[in-house]
Amino acid sequence: MNRIVTKEEFSKNPSVKMMQIEAPRIARKAKGGQFVVFRLNETGERVPLTVADTDPEKGLVTIIFQEVGKSTMALGALEVGDCLADFIGPLGQPTHMGDFGTVLCVAGGIGIAPTHNIVKALKANGNKVISIIGARTKDLLFWEDKMRDLSDELYVCTDDGSYGIHGLVTKVEQELLEKNRESGEIGLVIGIGPPIMMKFVCKTSEPFGVQTLVSLPTIMVDATGMCGACRVTVGGETKFVCVDGPEFDGHKVDFDEMLKRQGIYLEQEKVAVERYQHGNDCGCCDECGGDQ
Amino acid sequence: MAEEKKVNKAKKLPRHPMPEQEAKVRARNFEEVPFGYSNETAMAEASRCLRCKKPKCVEGCPVNVKIPEFVGLIADGDFIGAAHKLKETNALPAVCGRVCPQESQCEALCVLTKKGESVAIGRLERFAADYERKQGEMQLPKIAPATGKKVAVIGGGPAGLTVAGDLVKLGHDVTIFEALHKTGGVLVYGIPEFRLPKAIVQAEVDYLKSLGVKIVESYVVGRIETVDELLERFDACFIGTGAGLPVFMKIEGENLNGVYSANEYLTRSNLMKAYLFPEYDTPIVKGKRVATFGGGNVAMDSSRTALRLGAEKSYIIYRRSMDEMPARDEEIHHAGEEGVEFLLLANPERLIGDEKGWLTGVECIKMELGEPDESGRRRPVEIPGSEFVVEVDTVVVAIGNGPNPLVPSTTPDLKTNRWGNIDADLETGKTSMTGVYAGGDIVTGAATVIEAMGAGKKAAVAIHEYLQDT
Ligand SMILES: Cc1cc2nc3c(=O)[nH]c(=O)nc-3n(C[C@H](O)[C@H](O)[C@H](O)COP(=O)(O)OP(=O)(O)OC[C@H]3O[C@@H](n4cnc5c(N)ncnc54)[C@H](O)[C@@H]3O)c2cc1C
Ligand SMILES: Cc1cc2nc3c(=O)[nH]c(=O)nc-3n(C[C@H](O)[C@H](O)[C@H](O)COP(=O)(O)OP(=O)(O)OC[C@H]3O[C@@H](n4cnc5c(N)ncnc54)[C@H](O)[C@@H]3O)c2cc1C
Ligand code: SF4
Ligand code: FES
Repeated sequence: MNRIVTKEEFSKNPSVKMMQIEAPRIARKAKGGQFVVFRLNETGERVPLTVADTDPEKGLVTIIFQEVGKSTMALGALEVGDCLADFIGPLGQPTHMGDFGTVLCVAGGIGIAPTHNIVKALKANGNKVISIIGARTKDLLFWEDKMRDLSDELYVCTDDGSYGIHGLVTKVEQELLEKNRESGEIGLVIGIGPPIMMKFVCKTSEPFGVQTLVSLPTIMVDATGMCGACRVTVGGETKFVCVDGPEFDGHKVDFDEMLKRQGIYLEQEKVAVERYQHGNDCGCCDECGGDQ
Repeated sequence: MAEEKKVNKAKKLPRHPMPEQEAKVRARNFEEVPFGYSNETAMAEASRCLRCKKPKCVEGCPVNVKIPEFVGLIADGDFIGAAHKLKETNALPAVCGRVCPQESQCEALCVLTKKGESVAIGRLERFAADYERKQGEMQLPKIAPATGKKVAVIGGGPAGLTVAGDLVKLGHDVTIFEALHKTGGVLVYGIPEFRLPKAIVQAEVDYLKSLGVKIVESYVVGRIETVDELLERFDACFIGTGAGLPVFMKIEGENLNGVYSANEYLTRSNLMKAYLFPEYDTPIVKGKRVATFGGGNVAMDSSRTALRLGAEKSYIIYRRSMDEMPARDEEIHHAGEEGVEFLLLANPERLIGDEKGWLTGVECIKMELGEPDESGRRRPVEIPGSEFVVEVDTVVVAIGNGPNPLVPSTTPDLKTNRWGNIDADLETGKTSMTGVYAGGDIVTGAATVIEAMGAGKKAAVAIHEYLQDT
C-alpha cells in the first residue's frame, strides 16, 4: 500500500521531485483539481499535495513537490519501494468542468503539476487550452513536453531569461488578454503557482473581466472539513479550502489574509527543519539508523 | 423500616473520593487526571449500593446498564464478573465510566442522591473495565455463524463502533470506513489524553478487530467512494459520521493568526500529538494568554489543554452564568482547580489583531440574564456600553459543531433536515434510503458518547432484521 514506484528529481536548487505512488483506488477516482494528503509515518503531519497525474490502469498517482520544509524533505529522502503511512484522497472539489471556449492556464513553478491534470480534463471536455508555464530559471521548469502535447498553444517564460520568453508569466497573460479583447474567446483563466504569483495573475485579468480560478495552498490538518485550519475569505465569506475548494474565484480571494495565515508556524517550521538536518548529519537520532 | 435504616447508614457513609493528580502538577502534563479506585475502595464504594428492588439508576442510563448487578459483583470482589456484566449492555465501559455525564443520568436517579451522595456508578464502571483490561483477559463473546451478509459502517466514532460490534457478533461481515488515520471519532481526535487515555480507545478498537470487524482507515466516504457505490458491494450501510463541522462566531477578526476552532486546536493536540512537537511533526501555537469561548465539555477540554501547552492565563469566556454551563460538573470543577479563570456573562464581540495578522485581544461585552428561552435557560442580554478588552494571543472557539456535510452532500437520495442532520428514525436509525441507517451526532446534533452508542445499538437491531429479509 502507498508504495513509491518511481522517483525522479526535476531540479536541485530548490529541490523539486516527482513520485508515482501505488494507490489504485485514488488513481481511478481522482479528477483534475483534486489533491491527496500524505503522512510519512506515525509521528508525521498530514500534508496536502495536488494530484499531478494519474494512471488508472497501473493504479498510479503522480505527485510533484518542492522541498520547502521537514515533511517534504523527508518525503524526498524516501526511495522507490518505500511506503507512506497514509495516502488519502482524492480530496477537494474537482475543477468545475464545462465548455468554456478557450481557457488560459497560467502555471508558475511547482504549479505546473496541478495545472497539468486540469488541462488534461479541460481537453477531455472539448475546450481549447492556451498554457503559459514559467519559473525563476530554466532548471526549475518541468513537464514542458507534456504541457505542449496537451495544450493548443504553449508559452514558456523564465524570470531571468535563461529559457523561453524573458519575463514573468503575467507579462504573457497581459498580452494574450489584450489580444483577446476583440475575439473574446478566452472565457476562463486558471492561475496556479505560489500565492504571490496567483495574486498577480488575478490582478492582471481583473480589468479584462475574465473569470479567474486559483487553487489555494492553505495550511491544512484533516482536509475533510472538520477543523477550519484551511479557512480563507472569499467575497467576504469564510470558506474551507479543503472541502469548498481548493479552487476559488481569484478576484474575490483575500490573498493578503491568506499569505499572513500561511506564516503561522514559521518558527516551528524552522525548528523542525534544523532538527531534521541535524539528525541527518550526526547520526545521533534514529532518522538515519545510526549509519552516519 | 429496615430500608430506611440502610439508607441512613449509607447516607452517613460518604461517597469515596477517587485519588487524582494534584491540580498544580497535572495542569502541566497530559497524563490522566484521576488514578482510579483501588480494589479495596471500589469494594467499599460498591457496598454503599442498596440494591434497590426497582433500581431507578438503570432508567437513567441511555443503554440501561445493569447497574445494581455489576455494582453488587464488585462488592463481592468479582471484578471480572462485574466487567462482563457491564459489557452485556455497554461495549465501551472504560470510556463511558470516564466521560458520561453521570450526574445527570444514572447517578441523578440513585435513591441515595435524595438524602446524600449517590453511589459513584461512573467510577465503579471505570474500575471494573480497567481491571479487566489490565488483567489482559478480555472475554471473547460467542460469534454467530457467518450469515454472508456484508455491512459497511461509515465513521469509526462511538456510534459506528457500537453498530460494528453488535453486528459482527450476529455473524455479519462488517467493515468500518474511517476518514482519519485513527479510529475512534471524537474519542481520539477531540477528548484529550488527560481525560481519556488513547490506549484505552485503542484497546477497544483492537477488541473489535479481534471479533472480526475489518477497519479501513484514511478512507473518506463521499470522495473515494460514495454511499451509492458502497451499496453495490454491501448489503447495508450505517452512517455515523458525527458532528464534525466547526461553528465560528462570525465576528470580526476570526481569521487572525492565533484563532482556532476547538476542533483544530484539539485535533492538533490529541490526534496529531502537537504537544510533543518537534518529536511529532504537527505544530500548534503555544499561547501564553489563551481565551476559550463557550461553556461545554469542548470548551473545558480546550482551556485545560491550553494550560498543559504552557499558557500562563487560560480564560473561559461564556455568555451565561456558571449554572447554565452545559459541561459536566467534574470538568468545570477540574478546570477551576487547575487555574482556568471564568469570565462569565461576557460575550466576545470582536477580535483585535496587529498589522502582521496576529491576534492581540478580544473585545467582550457584559451580559445579564433575562427571561428564560425555549431551552428553559435564562437568556443573556447585553448591557449597553459595558465593552471591555482582554489581552490574549490565542483564542479557541468552542461554541458548537454542526453535522459533517460530506456524506449527505454526495448522497442525493439521503434526506436531511434544515440544519443538515440526516433524517433518521430515532428507534431504528432508518433513513430515506433502503438499507441505509444512521445514528449518533450526525442525526441528533452534538450530543454524548452514550447516546451515540445507544443509537448504534438500536440501528444494529434494525439492520439485523433488515438483513434477514434480503
Ligand atoms: C490543496 C493543496 C495542494 C498542494 N499541492 C502541492 C503540490 O502539488 N506540490 C507542492 O510542492 N506543494 C503543494 N502544496 C503545498 C504543500 O502542502 C506544502 O508545501 C507542504 O505542506 C510543506 O510542508 P513541509 O513540512 O515540507 O514544510 P513546512 O516547513 O511545514 O512549511 C514550509 C512552507 O510551506 C507552507 N506550508 C506549511 N504547511 C502547509 C500545509 N499543510 N499546506 C500548505 N502549505 C503549507 C508554509 O506556509 C511554509 O511557508 C499544496 C497545498 C495544498 C493545500
Ligand atoms: C472535545 C469534545 C469533548 C466531549 N466530551 C464529552 C464527554 O465528556 N462526555 C460525552 O458523553 N460526550 C462528550 N462529547 C460528545 C461526544 O464525543 C459525541 O457526542 C460522540 O463522540 C458522537 O459519536 P458519533 O459516533 O456520532 O460521532 P464521532 O465521534 O464524531 O465520530 C464520527 C467519525 O466519523 C468519521 N467520518 C466523518 N466523515 C466521514 C466520511 N465521509 N467517511 C468516513 N468517515 C467519516 C469521523 O472522522 C469520525 O471519526 C465531546 C465532544 C467533543 C468534541
Ligand atoms: S453508561 Fe453512563 S449512564 Fe450508563 S450507567 Fe454507565 S455511566 Fe451511567
Ligand atoms: S483542513 Fe481542516 S477543515 Fe480544511
